[in-house]
This record gives sequence, C-alpha cells and structure tokens, in this order.
Amino acid sequence: MGGLGRAVDLARRATRSRRTGSVWVRLLVYLILVGGAIIMMLPFLYMIATALNPERWIMPNPPTLFPPNATLDNFARAWNEAGFQRYVLNSTIVSSVTVLLTFGVATTSAFAFARLQFPGKSLIFGFYLITMMVPDMIALLPKFSVMRDLRLTDSWLGLWVIYVSNGVAFNTFLLRGFFEQLPRDLEDATYVDGGGAWTVFWRVLLPLSRPAIATLAVFTFLGAWDDFWWARLLLQDPDLRTLPIGIALFFNAHGTQWSTVFAATTIGVLPEIALFLALQRYFVSGMYSGSLKG
Amino acid sequence: MKRISDAGSAVGASTRSRRATQGRRELRVALPFMLPGIALVVLFVVYPIIRGVQMSLYDWNLMVPSQSTFVGARNFERALTQDPLFWTAARNTGLYALITVPSQMILGLGAALLLNTAIRGRGFFRALYYLPVVTSWLIVSYVFAYLFSDAMGPVNHLLVNVLHVVPQPIDWLNDSWATAEVPINLLGIWKGIGWNMVIFLAALQSIPHELLEAAAADGAGRWQSFRLITLPLLRPTVLFVSTMLLIGAFNVFLSVTLLTGGGPQGSTEVLLSYMYTQAFKYLDFGYGTAVGLLMGLAVVLLSLLQRRMVRGAVEL
Repeated sequence: MGGLGRAVDLARRATRSRRTGSVWVRLLVYLILVGGAIIMMLPFLYMIATALNPERWIMPNPPTLFPPNATLDNFARAWNEAGFQRYVLNSTIVSSVTVLLTFGVATTSAFAFARLQFPGKSLIFGFYLITMMVPDMIALLPKFSVMRDLRLTDSWLGLWVIYVSNGVAFNTFLLRGFFEQLPRDLEDATYVDGGGAWTVFWRVLLPLSRPAIATLAVFTFLGAWDDFWWARLLLQDPDLRTLPIGIALFFNAHGTQWSTVFAATTIGVLPEIALFLALQRYFVSGMYSGSLKG
Repeated sequence: MKRISDAGSAVGASTRSRRATQGRRELRVALPFMLPGIALVVLFVVYPIIRGVQMSLYDWNLMVPSQSTFVGARNFERALTQDPLFWTAARNTGLYALITVPSQMILGLGAALLLNTAIRGRGFFRALYYLPVVTSWLIVSYVFAYLFSDAMGPVNHLLVNVLHVVPQPIDWLNDSWATAEVPINLLGIWKGIGWNMVIFLAALQSIPHELLEAAAADGAGRWQSFRLITLPLLRPTVLFVSTMLLIGAFNVFLSVTLLTGGGPQGSTEVLLSYMYTQAFKYLDFGYGTAVGLLMGLAVVLLSLLQRRMVRGAVEL
C-alpha cells in the first residue's frame, strides 16, 4: 500500500515538474523561442524597414531596422507603377480560379477513393501516389512542349491546367485521409433515406471537411500566387502577366533601388500572410491528418 | 461426378457475372467523381513524362518536332560521361539536400519540442515561425539577395562592423562558389523550418500523455523519454517529412536563379537551372529533358534509400 502511494506520489511530482518545469528552464525556453523568432522575422523586418526608407537612391548605411523619417512614399510609387495594379488583379483571379477548380477535382476524386467501391481502385490510387513522388519540375520541358501543341500558351487556361493537374494527386491524398476519418453514420442514414452518392458527397461529407478544404485552399492559392516559371513560360501578353512576373520585371527595371522593390514585395506578401492568418486554425489540423493517414 | 463439377462451374460463372455486373454498377457511380482527376493526371502529368522519355532520345526540335533527329541514349551518355557542368549541378543539388533537409528537420523538431510545453504564446510563436513558409520564393529570394548584398548588406554590416569577425565586406553572391552557397542554403533552411515545426508539433501532440507520465514515474529523465518513447513514435512522421523535404530540395531552382544566376562561372548551377539553361538558352530540349529525367530517377531512388535508412535508424 505504502509502495503504491509512493509511486502515485512520484508520478504526480514527475507530472507536475514536466508541466511547469523550474523557473529557469521556462526562462531558457522563452529565451530560445524569442531569439528564434527574431531570427525568423529579421528578413521580413529588413524588407519592411527598407521599404520605409525615405531615400530613393541611397540605402541607409549602416543598414537599420528603424529608418529615420520613415515614409510610405515607396508603397505609393510601387502601387502606381505601370501595370502593378493589373498584376495584382490578375494574380488574384488566376489564384482564386485555381482554388475553385482544384477544389472541384480533388474533392470528388478523394470522395471516390475514400467512400466508393469500384474495380481498379487501389491500383489508381497507387498510381496517384507514385506521381506525387516525382518532382513536377522534371517534366517542365515536355509539359511546355505539350502545352504548345495544345495551343494552351498565352492564356490563363494553360496556367490553370498546369496548376490544377500538378495539385490533383497531393490534394486527393490529403482529402482522402481526412474523409476516411469522418464517421459514417450520417452517410448511412442519408443512403437509407434514398440519397445518392452526390447527396452524400455534397450535403454530408463536404460540410464536415472544412479544415481539409481550408488546407487545400491555402496551399493551392499560395502555389498559384507564388508561381514564377509557368507564368513566365506561358504568358507573353503583358495584360495577362501575374504578380511574380511583375515583381521580377520591376526588380530588373529598378536594379538595386531596394526601397521601391521592397515596397512592391511587401504588397505582394500581404495577401499571403493575411490568408495564412485567417485560415491557420483550420489548416494546421487539416495538414496533419493528410500527412499521416494514407 | 462430372455433373457436380459442371454445376460448380456454373455457380462460379454466375457469381463471376454477378460480380462483373456489380463492378459495372459501381463504376457507373464512381466514374463521374474520378474522371476529371484521372483525365488531368494522365494528360498533364503522366503523358508529359512519357513524352519526355521520347524527347530525351532525340536532338529535339521544339518548333517542328517531326524534324527531330533520333540520337538514342546519347543525351544521357553526354550528361553522365562528358559534361562536367552536369556533375557540378548534380553535386550542388545533392549538397543542398544534404545540408537543408537535416537542418530543417532538427530545427523544426527543436521548435516543436519547445512549443509542446505548457507555455504562453504558443500560437504566436507558431505563426511567426511559419510565416517564411507561406511567403513566395521570389520575394524571399530578393530579400536574401539584399541581406547578403555586397557593401551595405545587413549580413556584411553585422560581420564587419558589429562582430568584427571579418576584416572587410564579403561579396557573398559573386565571390566564389563557397560564399554563394551560404545564402542559397540558409534561405532553404530558413524557409522550411516552420513547415517541419507544424508537422512535428502535431505528431508530438498525438503521443499519449500517459506514456510519458509512466516513463517519468519509472524515473526516466527528459532525454531518456525523448529517445525511448517520443523518437520511436515519431518514426512515421520522420519518414514522411524527410521524403517530402528531399523532393522539395531537388526542386531548388528559383532561389538559385535569382540569387546567383548559377554563377560565379556556373559554379552554383543546380539540376533544374541547368536543365532550363540547356533548353531555353541553347534550345537543346532533348538534352535538357534528359537532365530532368536523370534527376527524377535520382529522386525516386534516393527516397527509396531514405525509407530504408529511416526504418533502420529509428528502429534501434
């Protein structure tokens, strides 16, 4: 009896020390975390500080995180640069449509893999998995040649085809993992009530899958917003250009006029950060369920 | 006897045909769900790879494909045996994987372990560490180009004027292969830590509390319970993360192009940038495609090897 009591006591003490730790350990943890956070943030801080620099042609020497007479002029100049607003609009349209198309294609495939029975199912899924293992850029040249043959160059349709097809396997894999964890009771009830596969898919599964869909939306949007090579290879018409192309042209035109360049890149980063912050509480769980189930 | 076996095969045939009808019915339901995905994957993922194999066997003419000359395996032979620049690119890509993959994993796991304690501001730190992951490669490459720029870059300022460890500013991006690889690899590590952290954090949180408490009750220290309980349970995560990172590392391309342009003197070229140069600068699409395919083959082989290594290493 005494032995058991001692063991319980020991365990309780061990638990307590693990949860709270000593003051010094906690302080050390905080110090490392804060130091790490500063290092992780420094590149962004330098970018913003440079964008706030009032001198257009001269960089502050020594470099500083707190430029004297900080100004928003650079942002105004970047924003009003020829084509810049157009590039932002184009990127928004291209990325949003990519998300919608990917959502449509990947959720339906994932539903079939997770919930329907059909011949050849595991074979096709294995096939999807293999395509995930192959870096998509290795086929850059043959893909470019296929796109030329299909006359999909110089249009957003070409970009959508590339972005969506690149994302099908991974997003199907992610969503299938998520769907498989969901309880089947509601679906069974829907089938009993005479609902078909589409009703189950649209009315039952999708509304329960917000975290996975948010994950898909964030990564797909960022992937399209971020893409440089395909936009550069496929788009010739200046009116179709997306923001990364715009920023690269901007950089080439303004050379090391870092203040203006970084005002432009700060504007380019804002939607990415906003999207991430808005959806992060969903997609952390969505990402994880996709990564380990399957 | 004969009659029985006849009856048996008749039953077999009818089950088979029933199963076939059922299969067809199932397929009718599943096909509309599957078709868009399969069509896209087959047409724009698989077919280009097959087309790539074809292109790599030719001196490929992009404008008029029918005028391409068949050269057999000569493009592969050239890459593997006659082209030192291919091996430079392969070495840099491999080195990038060797440096950035373990660094990201260790730092990401470290951050996850620190954040997996009962401290305040977890969500805040997690978001900050994750920010580099969501920002575009193009933008952070420009930022690193500025950080490591020659005379007035913050890194040189820190090293020369604040820490006094270097006598004069280093021209990181142009001086030599060794100095140019520093920003390229640091960028790769910095951008990936947050992703590793989030995955490892989720994996750590799925480890049952009772296990660690029981170990502590048995007198296990922090390090012991980490090595004997946490680490083995993280094995599937380690495998998943290392595979994804390896593929990601081989995709390094834009950052190198924007930071060094492959220079100085082509010394920091990676496989994808080399492939791109061959195709769009020298219009040698057949050779460029061969380089891409060799890289794809290397990635697949390395991920298989890695699978075995992770199994062996963590199974101790």
